Amino acid sequence: MRSRDNVLKNIDWLTILFYLMLVFMGWFNIYAAVYDENHSSIFDMTQQYGKQLMWIGTSCILGILILLTDSKFFTAFSKPIYIATIALLVFVLLFGREVKGAKAWFELGSIRIQPAEFAKFATCLVLANVMSKFNFKMMSLKNLITVGFLLALPAGLILLQNDTGSALVYSTFVFVMYREGLHGSILLLGLIGIVLFVFTLLYSTTLVLSLVLLGTLVTIYYYRQNIQEIYKITIFYCSLLLLFWGIDFIGSFEIDFSLLMLCSYVITTITIMVIVLKQRIRYITLVLLTSWACIGGSLSVDYIFPKLLPHQQDRINLLLGKVSDPMGIGYNVNQSQIAIGSGGVIGKGFLQGTQTKFNFVPEQSTDFIFCTVGEEWGFLGSSIVLILLLTLILRVISLAERQRSAFSRIYGYGVASILFFHMAINIGMTIGVVPVIGIPLPFFSYGGSSLWAFTILLFIFIRLDANRLQVFS
Amino acid sequence: MNKFLYRKNVVFAIFISIIAIYIIRLFYMQIMDDSYKIMASSNSQRIETQYPARGLIFDRNRKLLVENESAYDLMIIPRQVKDFDTTELITILDIEKETLVKSIEKCKKYSRHKASILISQITSDKYAILQEKLHKYKGFFVQTRTLRKYNVNHSADVFGYIGEVSPDRIKKDSSYSRGDYIGISGLERSFEKDLRGKKGQKIVLVDNFNRIKGNFKEGQYDVPAIVGEDLITTLDSELQEYAYKLMQNKKGGIIAIEPQTGEILLKLSCPGYDPKLMVGLQRGRNYGKLSKDPAKPLFDRTVMAAYPPGSTFKTLQALIGQQEGVINESTCFSCASGASFGSLSMKCHAHPSPLDLAGSVANSCNPYYVHNWRRILENNKYKNVRDAYGNWREIAMSFGLGQKICPDFYNELSGSIPSQEYFDRRFRTQNWRWSYIMSISIGQGELLITPLQIANMVSVIANRGYYMTPHIVRDENKVERHNVEIRREYFEPVIKGMSGAVNGEAGTARVARVNGVEVCGKTGTVQNPHGDDHSVFMAFAPRENPKIAIAVYVENGVWGGRNAAPIASLLIEKYLNGEITAPHRLDLEKRMMETNLMNPKGNK
Repeated sequence: MRSRDNVLKNIDWLTILFYLMLVFMGWFNIYAAVYDENHSSIFDMTQQYGKQLMWIGTSCILGILILLTDSKFFTAFSKPIYIATIALLVFVLLFGREVKGAKAWFELGSIRIQPAEFAKFATCLVLANVMSKFNFKMMSLKNLITVGFLLALPAGLILLQNDTGSALVYSTFVFVMYREGLHGSILLLGLIGIVLFVFTLLYSTTLVLSLVLLGTLVTIYYYRQNIQEIYKITIFYCSLLLLFWGIDFIGSFEIDFSLLMLCSYVITTITIMVIVLKQRIRYITLVLLTSWACIGGSLSVDYIFPKLLPHQQDRINLLLGKVSDPMGIGYNVNQSQIAIGSGGVIGKGFLQGTQTKFNFVPEQSTDFIFCTVGEEWGFLGSSIVLILLLTLILRVISLAERQRSAFSRIYGYGVASILFFHMAINIGMTIGVVPVIGIPLPFFSYGGSSLWAFTILLFIFIRLDANRLQVFS
Repeated sequence: MNKFLYRKNVVFAIFISIIAIYIIRLFYMQIMDDSYKIMASSNSQRIETQYPARGLIFDRNRKLLVENESAYDLMIIPRQVKDFDTTELITILDIEKETLVKSIEKCKKYSRHKASILISQITSDKYAILQEKLHKYKGFFVQTRTLRKYNVNHSADVFGYIGEVSPDRIKKDSSYSRGDYIGISGLERSFEKDLRGKKGQKIVLVDNFNRIKGNFKEGQYDVPAIVGEDLITTLDSELQEYAYKLMQNKKGGIIAIEPQTGEILLKLSCPGYDPKLMVGLQRGRNYGKLSKDPAKPLFDRTVMAAYPPGSTFKTLQALIGQQEGVINESTCFSCASGASFGSLSMKCHAHPSPLDLAGSVANSCNPYYVHNWRRILENNKYKNVRDAYGNWREIAMSFGLGQKICPDFYNELSGSIPSQEYFDRRFRTQNWRWSYIMSISIGQGELLITPLQIANMVSVIANRGYYMTPHIVRDENKVERHNVEIRREYFEPVIKGMSGAVNGEAGTARVARVNGVEVCGKTGTVQNPHGDDHSVFMAFAPRENPKIAIAVYVENGVWGGRNAAPIASLLIEKYLNGEITAPHRLDLEKRMMETNLMNPKGNK
């Protein structure tokens, strides 16, 4: 029907150029990270850098194959691909091999494959398929549940493999959903949730409650623009609190102050609700409900947090500065920051890193590969890598926006979100702004499964994009 | 969908601002903040293990027997090693180039990033030279640790030795790591937990030139080492030293116990070896030599060698005979250089006849004890010989025989008083007769008893009916009183006989007489099918309020009175009187020191 030249002409060569630049930069850095003077050839197949070249070669072949495939294949087969991947995730739970605590690997001879990596593009495809249906409304409950289920299924299975990092990746689809009409307040709520979580861990319940109440007052004022009301509510609440506190003091019941605050707020809420329902004032019910959701969420943190695995608790406590143990649980992060921080403006030079050479930094060719970039190429090199990755992601988003087909656009957003999540978490962890979550840096980290998966993810989009003009045919 | 088009910009803004935050953070870390550079230029934190000094070992008079001295290990972190002057290094260390190369390869194989010992135990003078040049050798450093220093050249069987911990042990006990020392034998092993102390660690910052730049975070994460606990033994080191001199060129074991407390005063296995041989670089070679020595110096003859007890066992038989009511102190049996029992006969040596109980002990009359044995086993109180034997065995074992009695010696063997079941199997019937096991009557046959158990048995006699758990380190929790099932009055005739053996006109151990002290003893001769019989002697002194109970075993010592008794009596005299003064005793001392039984002629 269509000539191949047509497709070739429409391929976005710029994206492919970015891709190749990143992949080869990754390769050089893996070489530097695990450099061994006994195996100094970068082509030495017994070493990780030699193997990575093989992965790069096979990835390129994969990329070409995808570009040669008819783009209809991806739209038509998105559901079977998704189902097949889910099946693989179930199989790996049953028959997989456990490596470093995660039962996430299939072993085929000397090659190990991690199905979780491939579940990302499969989920991306199926979401694009579902959400591109004619007249798809993101905010309808049925659609929310469908999309939620499609995301929760692989995420849950991966969580069962004990690979929390890869499961968390699925939260990034909130950006895709947002672009397709998810209410902006949900994005905001997510942000509030993170802030609340951190505050609850760091500060006393009383302070967190006070902040929530203050936020509620500010929101009510924002909707109503009536300062008198705010005064009234405040005075009402404070007198209640004073009353309870007085009773507590006289009876010396020694009730926790935060509990007194909660009681006062319950009564205040009920009182406001009565007035609100009588006068049929809009929004306030929602604001009050949200404030209660926040309080509930904050209180539940104290119950949920101890249920996390000990190393997960450690990583979060460490990041929040609640514990400091550079020789123990904080060793990785401390060493990783020393490596990056010692890079200076232009770095120590290729193969000249000292921190990344002595195994001080763990996983230095996989999850902590950015340490080598930071140490050997300095601020300049790290910034270039960050900007290059960001440019690629923004390029994908821009390309997605020029698609005529919703399927391609949604898929493009998915690609960008996944890449961004990996980049933000991985680099954030190495520079100590995100807790340690073991996920690879796209195109950089050593590993066949992840490189293949990212290549497939990106090249399907390039293929879809190349076809954008023929979308109605 | 166009109404959501603006959202592209929101997503853009979020993505860009997060990456902008990251770039600002990187700018701060890499350019503004110098602390990371300082931490990195001190290149690496090196964890130096702080080895605690091992506990010291003292004798009962607080005389220092085992202490520590410093030694230096040359460590290497293979990954940090740059080209260096091998010729200079091998000159300083005085080793072969091949040794160095091999050792480096071994360290590399273990880990390229972790420190491991390249050359251990460098002497202090070599260390002094090396220390000055060390900055030229990247990746090398020296770690101080302590080695054992022995102030005596004997008694290695008591102290034992320490050596590097085995990989298996590390797997089982994570408090050990590669290169740590652990007690391998003797007290070093039994009291490892007390002696070892607790390792500490110091985190130091090292620069590119391998120079220590200071403590990591002012030593906040350092853990000081805790010195091991000292061990105060119950040994009398002077007595030990004297025993060592007397046992020159002889094989055997000596144990002396303070009967009232169970404290071990003396424990010596001969031939022993100089404990210094097990320290330092030559240990491996020395160990090889010792383990191949036909005299078996590594074999602890005091607690591991189990021999038949010979005639010393007659004392026990006399006690049980009385307890069972089959003989009493005036029971007499006649003997004319032997006697026959049905178709069997038992030889004896010339002595007056008939003898009462005390006389039979003093003269060590064999037929007396065959009569006694027959009466014990054919006692009408019991259904059959088997039951009578079972009862006899129970009483005998209450003396600490056939079981481990001293928890301080990890290598102690239990010896054996065979069970009824053993004889059932052996004779293929439960109706065996007393005559089948006749040789047990005089301490031969199937019995296996260690010198420690003999010393303990004589302690029971000295105490007239009980022993305290023998021990070499005081510990109230471990020491218990064990009563035996013999009435107190039955001990006197036996003790009278034992005194007679030494002090009587016709006793078998007159050579053991000590002026001014009433020594009570019993000789024994253990038949040895491979050569000269073994000489055994047990004794306690003085008769009232005994202060020392002793067992001496001399392999190929021919008979009890010839070697074991003189040595035991000299040790008793030394312990009770402080020195040997009488000229004939000094002659005996000289003769014993010069006696050489290492290659007895009679050995086949």
